[in-house]
Amino acid sequence: MKIAESWLREWVDPDLDTEALAERLTMAGHEVDGIEREGEGLDGVVIAQVVEVGKHPDADRLSVCKVNDGSGDLVDVVCGAPNVVKGMKSPLAKPGVKLPNGLKLRKSKIRGVVSNGMLCSAIELGLGDESDGIIALPDDAEVGSALTHYLGLPDAVIDLDLTPNRGDCFSVLGIARDISALTGETLRATTVSPIQATIEDTHPVDVVLPEGCPNFAGRVIRNIDPTAKSPVWMSEKLRRSGLRAIHPVVDVTNFVMLELGQPLHAYDLNLVKGPIRPRLAKKGEKVVLLDEKEVTVNEDTLVISDDSGAIGLAGIMGGLSTAVSENTVDVFFEAAFWPQKFIAGRARSYGMHTDASLRFERGVDPEGQARAVERATELLIEISGGEAGPLVVDSAPEFLPKRDTIRVRRSRVSMLLGVEIPDDKVTDILQRLGLSVNQVDDGWDVISPSHRFDIEIEVDLIEEIARVFGYDEIPEATAIAETPLELVTESQIDLEVAATTLVARDYQEVITYSFVDPDSNKRLTDIDSELVLSNPISSEMSVMRSSLWPGMLMAASANASRQQERVRLFEIGKSFHGTLAEHDEVVRIGGVCIGSVLPEQWGSKSQSIDFFDIKSDIVVLLELAGDVSGLEFSATEHPALQPGQAAKIMRDGVTLGVAGKMHPRHGRFFELKRDVFLFELDAAAALASRAPKAESISKFPSIRRDISIVVDDKISAADLISAVESSAPALISTVRIFDIYKGPGIEAGLKSVALGLILQETSRTLTDDDADAAMAAAVQKIQEKFGGQLRD
Amino acid sequence: MRELSELVETATSEIDAASDLAALDAVRVSYLGKKGELTSRLKSLSELPAEERPAAGQEINQAKQALQARINERREALDSAALEAKLIGDAVDVTLPGRGASIGGRHPVSRAMARIDRIFRNAGFGIRSGPEIEDDFHNFTALNFPENHPARALHDTFFFPGGNLLRTHTSPVQIRSMLKEGVPIRIIAPGRVYRFDSDQTHTPMFHQVEGLVIDRGVSMANLKAVLHQFVESFFERDAELRFRASYFPFTEPSAEVDILWGEGKWLEILGCGMVHPNVLEAAGVDPEEFTGYAFGMGVERLAMLRYGVTDLRTFFENDLRFLRQFR
Repeated sequence: MKIAESWLREWVDPDLDTEALAERLTMAGHEVDGIEREGEGLDGVVIAQVVEVGKHPDADRLSVCKVNDGSGDLVDVVCGAPNVVKGMKSPLAKPGVKLPNGLKLRKSKIRGVVSNGMLCSAIELGLGDESDGIIALPDDAEVGSALTHYLGLPDAVIDLDLTPNRGDCFSVLGIARDISALTGETLRATTVSPIQATIEDTHPVDVVLPEGCPNFAGRVIRNIDPTAKSPVWMSEKLRRSGLRAIHPVVDVTNFVMLELGQPLHAYDLNLVKGPIRPRLAKKGEKVVLLDEKEVTVNEDTLVISDDSGAIGLAGIMGGLSTAVSENTVDVFFEAAFWPQKFIAGRARSYGMHTDASLRFERGVDPEGQARAVERATELLIEISGGEAGPLVVDSAPEFLPKRDTIRVRRSRVSMLLGVEIPDDKVTDILQRLGLSVNQVDDGWDVISPSHRFDIEIEVDLIEEIARVFGYDEIPEATAIAETPLELVTESQIDLEVAATTLVARDYQEVITYSFVDPDSNKRLTDIDSELVLSNPISSEMSVMRSSLWPGMLMAASANASRQQERVRLFEIGKSFHGTLAEHDEVVRIGGVCIGSVLPEQWGSKSQSIDFFDIKSDIVVLLELAGDVSGLEFSATEHPALQPGQAAKIMRDGVTLGVAGKMHPRHGRFFELKRDVFLFELDAAAALASRAPKAESISKFPSIRRDISIVVDDKISAADLISAVESSAPALISTVRIFDIYKGPGIEAGLKSVALGLILQETSRTLTDDDADAAMAAAVQKIQEKFGGQLRD
Repeated sequence: MRELSELVETATSEIDAASDLAALDAVRVSYLGKKGELTSRLKSLSELPAEERPAAGQEINQAKQALQARINERREALDSAALEAKLIGDAVDVTLPGRGASIGGRHPVSRAMARIDRIFRNAGFGIRSGPEIEDDFHNFTALNFPENHPARALHDTFFFPGGNLLRTHTSPVQIRSMLKEGVPIRIIAPGRVYRFDSDQTHTPMFHQVEGLVIDRGVSMANLKAVLHQFVESFFERDAELRFRASYFPFTEPSAEVDILWGEGKWLEILGCGMVHPNVLEAAGVDPEEFTGYAFGMGVERLAMLRYGVTDLRTFFENDLRFLRQFR
């Protein structure tokens, strides 16, 4: 909310400069987003009248004006504004003036014609950010006098970021009231003297749903002057608050809303057909609003109606059919109290957000309706004349918000805030906030004022006490409390350790969005996820990822296109599975690798990565968890991966993830030209661990024996190893493949595999006979299982 | 026959002149070998009269020992010269880069988050997490955001058909943790959160760390202390903070915390407050017996300040040239 400092100071005028006042507001919860200073440096700008407008001899778009600046002589001024006309009054910046936009004026020739200053627009003077030419000042502006004097400048516009709990602060009065409470400075009287009725006229109001409209103030005003204009003091206050002057009747309602916080509506009385009836909307009911949009109203929404049907949305926006215009002479002012429960969320449900709905949603003073109508009447008669009928108030007190007595316990205040505040200080704070206060044995009984909608329970008041007392006054105290120690488990390897390990293996962590492009997701996972956002930022960010790969491949692609030769990425994050009704979130560790095994270097030949490079990275990660004996990579098929280079990773029957080479068909889609290797692990499964269990180390030497066997090329290494291991399990402790050979000397379709066996007994030294027996068993097993031949 | 002294002198100069081990050995053989000059002199002692033998024998033995010592000395010198020569040949250019893989790096947001985790872990906080696809109850209602409350509109929420949503803050973990574990409780909950907002200073996904401490007698003074200590620990320097009044439905009193940054500029870094009694009740905790505080901080914001990152969006562009600065 924008609020002019000068207007605020009409209501409360503490001994604080603008900055200090802003700081005070910020600290008290009304965050100042900005301070816009207006009218500084405009001393040399005077009100001038254009006496003659002539064409510039050399420029079609320029005029040469003779201007009366009050000095007695007419001065020549060249003007480029399209709206300059004879007789208009406008601000004239004379030579020597430096405008807020930095322009320094001097007497100069513009295309050969001397100009003694410049007629100014609002933007040029730093008075707002819209303009349609030079400012046209009202007739009452005195030629030759200072513009700042006429407009009431300089001033500062304070932009406040108000919190939704403080509906009472959405007005000059509201902020002034809080400043008064914070500083102790007296607030101007908030009462408005009643306007005496000069005519008898009233308009019937029929409140059919009193709980929806427990207070309704209205008044008829007849015979206003339709040609009247809002005075400059009013249009300036509106402008500084971010509103434009439109028509005195509308301006008055806006002005009163800004000043007192009570939204008002003004009807052209002669367009209202029959009694004004606030009621709930009927099914399918339509209304055309002031912004000329037609709305189909839901049945949960209050409308104002007359005999013609709905003529406005209560607390949101009035209707077009009864709107005031430049022809209006008879007006009906309405100020109602619409309870929050009838207003909350309604404007939003129609995609609307108005100054009125903003205030009613947050709570408007239920005792402020009559005051607002009185104030509006006073102002309108002052501007446009007219005759006021009597103020009519329809009230159903039983439906007005109740303000109950709330007990604030002294002990609770000090316990929650961690500071002892003297009783008289607390009493003073509560009273300054406008609460009725009664001190009792253990604290205070208070009743909050009608304008506060955020004080219902004790803690609401403790907050208020803290706020006025000052958060800065609360000391810091380290709690000395014993907390139970956290369980530290060895059943899971910390994700941090996994991340550190990948970093040590030359992977760079990335963080990609959890929502991805549905096509990428589908092509890499074959999953048509139901988890699609109703309101995505864009369709490329609309589905919750079923895998980390779509986002990671986008990141890899972007880096590849920036001449990154080696791209090795990992991400730790969730993938999302299941249905809208029941979903799963799985933390995964994803990897993407492109390029050479090692960075380019003098000491190693450049070699492109292959499956076994990422496999070793994965195995190292899994070895963090300790025992890898049950680990198994098996050939698999996967939509993201190339057949024949895709592995499923399991440990003791639990699937840990997949790894392999990206299927070339995805290369073009992700604009990745080179081979891409991928892995993705379920973090919880992959990092499942246990406390290690020590076994005694054999004191006896081990024996190593090597064999070479020729087997069918299709026999997997894993099968060979497990066959050998199982051939003499008591003796063979480790089997390692140290060479694989295909080529000359080996028949096509076969391969020679060299195996190294480590033989070990824990209870005795092995003999050569033992070793020979074990080797024979191994060879026999291979021959039985795979028909392999011992190679000479 | 030469004088013994002359022989020693000649032998010594031959030893010294031997340029390699083979030459040295030849000299040794010619004097001390089986048929060497000194050896034969020893053998010919028997030809001397008995009374002269001991003195002559002693003289020869001394000469023999002297030559042997000289040979040993010379051998060591030749050995070490040979080794030296070999080592010179073995020299490498130590300025050449090492062989093998380089190192990767953490993402700056993870790096900051790990740091926050560590600081709070050291203070006895447990680490908790919760789902990112949340329901209305945990994200809003239980946190004292009544339906249609204007405060909901401040959270630009991503929805799924059927009413679930992407959590807009990590605060739902407060509710889940209290419901699951009860109180007293002392936890932080780091994680991803989502808001429908994408411009220069907003990304639709970002990270928060939630904090929650509930116990008997926990006060706002405790909250102020823990956050001040946290900030000083995180930035590794003295920090001036200001707590200013604010509003969050789930805390009361609520505060926003600014840090004094650079020249008298206050920068907002986190929000906090005393847990609202309605929240405690929603989580089955008696607000008369227990009080506590909660706080929430934006990790990107802290990472930007800590590491001097000026554009929030770079965190999610994942440009390796940017990321490599943080390893």
